[in-house]
Amino acid sequence: MTNEELKLTIAKLCSSAEFKDGAQFLEVIVPAADLHHLCRELRHNGETAFDYLFCLTGVDYPTYFEVVYHLDSTRHRHVVVLKARTASREYPVLDTIGDIWPTAYSHEREVYDLLGVRFNNHPDMRRLFLEDGWGFPLRKDYVDPVRIVER
Amino acid sequence: MGIRKKRLSEIESNDSPIISTHEGGSIVLANLDAMFGWARRNSLWPLTFGTRCCAIEFMAVGASRHDFSRFGNEVARPSVRQADLIIISGTINYKMAPVLKRLYDQMPEPKYVMALGACATSGGPFYYNSYAVVKGADHVIPVDVYIPGCPPRPEAYFYGLMQLQKKITKDRYYTEKKLLKSEKLK
Amino acid sequence: MAEYREIIFNSDKIQTDDYFVNIGPQHPSTHGALRIVAKLEGEIVQSIDPVIGYIHSGIEKMCESLSYPQLIHLTDRMDYLSAHMNNEAVCLCIENALQVEVPERVKYIRTIMDELTRIASHQLWWCATGMDMGAMTTFFYGLRDREPILDIFEETCGARMTFNYNVPGGLMFDIHPNFQKRVKDFIRYFRKKLPEYDTLLSGNVIFKERTKGLGVLSKEEAIAWGVTGPSGRASGYSCDVRKLHPYSAYPYVKFEEKLATDGDTFWRYQLRIEEMWESMKIIEQLIDNIPEGDFAVKMKGVIKLPEGEFYQRVESARGEFGVFIVSDGKKNPYRLKFRSPGFSNLFVLNELVKGVKIADLVAIMATLDLVIPDIDR
Ligand code: SF4
Repeated sequence: MTNEELKLTIAKLCSSAEFKDGAQFLEVIVPAADLHHLCRELRHNGETAFDYLFCLTGVDYPTYFEVVYHLDSTRHRHVVVLKARTASREYPVLDTIGDIWPTAYSHEREVYDLLGVRFNNHPDMRRLFLEDGWGFPLRKDYVDPVRIVER
Repeated sequence: MGIRKKRLSEIESNDSPIISTHEGGSIVLANLDAMFGWARRNSLWPLTFGTRCCAIEFMAVGASRHDFSRFGNEVARPSVRQADLIIISGTINYKMAPVLKRLYDQMPEPKYVMALGACATSGGPFYYNSYAVVKGADHVIPVDVYIPGCPPRPEAYFYGLMQLQKKITKDRYYTEKKLLKSEKLK
Repeated sequence: MAEYREIIFNSDKIQTDDYFVNIGPQHPSTHGALRIVAKLEGEIVQSIDPVIGYIHSGIEKMCESLSYPQLIHLTDRMDYLSAHMNNEAVCLCIENALQVEVPERVKYIRTIMDELTRIASHQLWWCATGMDMGAMTTFFYGLRDREPILDIFEETCGARMTFNYNVPGGLMFDIHPNFQKRVKDFIRYFRKKLPEYDTLLSGNVIFKERTKGLGVLSKEEAIAWGVTGPSGRASGYSCDVRKLHPYSAYPYVKFEEKLATDGDTFWRYQLRIEEMWESMKIIEQLIDNIPEGDFAVKMKGVIKLPEGEFYQRVESARGEFGVFIVSDGKKNPYRLKFRSPGFSNLFVLNELVKGVKIADLVAIMATLDLVIPDIDR
């Protein structure tokens, strides 16, 4: 599918999605509530068939966290980028999509570990790299005067 | 190795063992410290403790071109209880540090530690702005020899190893401290 | 005595329990600081839980305070066995974002170096795999053939492993005049030596018996778990970035994407051996045709990416390596994420080892070709 067709399909599935053109891939900003539903449709719909999640990133912005999902289809070879934003920075929560792409479970653990975004319905929401009790280092306001030598 | 002929009166406390040949066979003459030092420095068994890129260079040192068995450094042991040299080849972070400490504690005496590479020496490329890396393995366990480089070349490894061997030669276990002092006074 | 007999034969009273074996973080077969908690019933693995983070060094956070040319050297230290591909991914991402076209000469040299790195990486993997399964000779054979490649690298860029040879806009310096001759010598040498690998392991009956049908990964699972590289291709999943999204000089060369259908340990092994043949083919097509020209284009003193998000994927020796840069127009990235192939490949391990013997766990892990700093970053 071309980007235009993808846009139409996604707009049909989720009316409140915002699109951003002109970037490298088609970028879609999805409301957090619709994320799981939209992902499932995109995965199982034969026309879109996004079966390969190749990157899952958490980004820290001043007022919210954004989680970026890069989706690829091994059948049609088209790419879409979904972005979901958390409602607040204090209690950042999103829905897990690990039941759709199992690889997402470990990526979500990484996002939780480094940014502190929690995922609903995740079976195993533990820290991944760091031990319990650390802060969330990839947040912009993370400070650690003991361990970090600033330059 | 330094086994050479010498007269009995010439033996000093930290000399290499000497072989004197007599009728009916030869005799090895040495004081205990020298004997132990000689044996220890020529059979350093390293622990295979590799965490990052330097571990690959350590593997290369063990392979056929560089071949560390020339130095008696040959048998890399996976278990710390059979080894007497930890070669810290790679980054140590705060999660790994307790493990390294525990490995060191489990090691039988006499034990030696070599910090291979910039990471183990000082944190290396991860010195600034990293929240997870310990800035040098010597914050965790005492280190005998530091080898710079990122990764150090095999030649650098050998130089470090020879420095360690020199250090072991000078170690004393049986000479009493009092005696040492009086020797110094003389 | 009678009491014991009663206990033994009265099966109600015998209780079995799962027990846990902790492998690592200091263990020779985990190839670095990986810890695996295996839940066993007798000798049979029921499930495993990989615990990582023993070599986590916060590279992504460090990158946020470094400028673009500075952060490239950190990518060497992630997947140190495919250091050149990692460098290249970041450079390509920056070049694409700035829409800089690099000279043809750079593309050729980058591709040749990529493939040499791939061969060196697979050689080392081959050593380690042999050792994991109890063969010591592989270690010496593999590293013997790796040294000539390291010599070429050393002559080209002064380092044996962590090159930092790519810079945004090209290469740090030109190749050595001897480069072409030495690479050709190496190919001639290695074409003779590679069949030895087959005689030693691939054709070995014990090895085959042990690895065939072990740890089978289906194509659907491979896609769902994001398993790429030779591990994914062994399951018939065509995921070679060099074919799908060609970069550098890959569009100019002819090579095959090797695929298998079985998806077991043996084929994951065999595909890597075949990839070495393919890599040699690629190098041979390029080495004589390196065009004349500059080895870099002139870039601005301070490189600033335009605002936006950029993604670049390359094929590293382990699979699809991706760089995702979020830029806010400053001279350092706002957020930089590395999509490392090992990360996805590691977490599929739990699916592969259910019901195998614990000794086979090591064999399966070896053929996934995990490099732990690549996973931990
Ligand atoms: S010193 Fe350099 S080569 Fe060695 S482990 Fe550290 S980063 Fe890797």
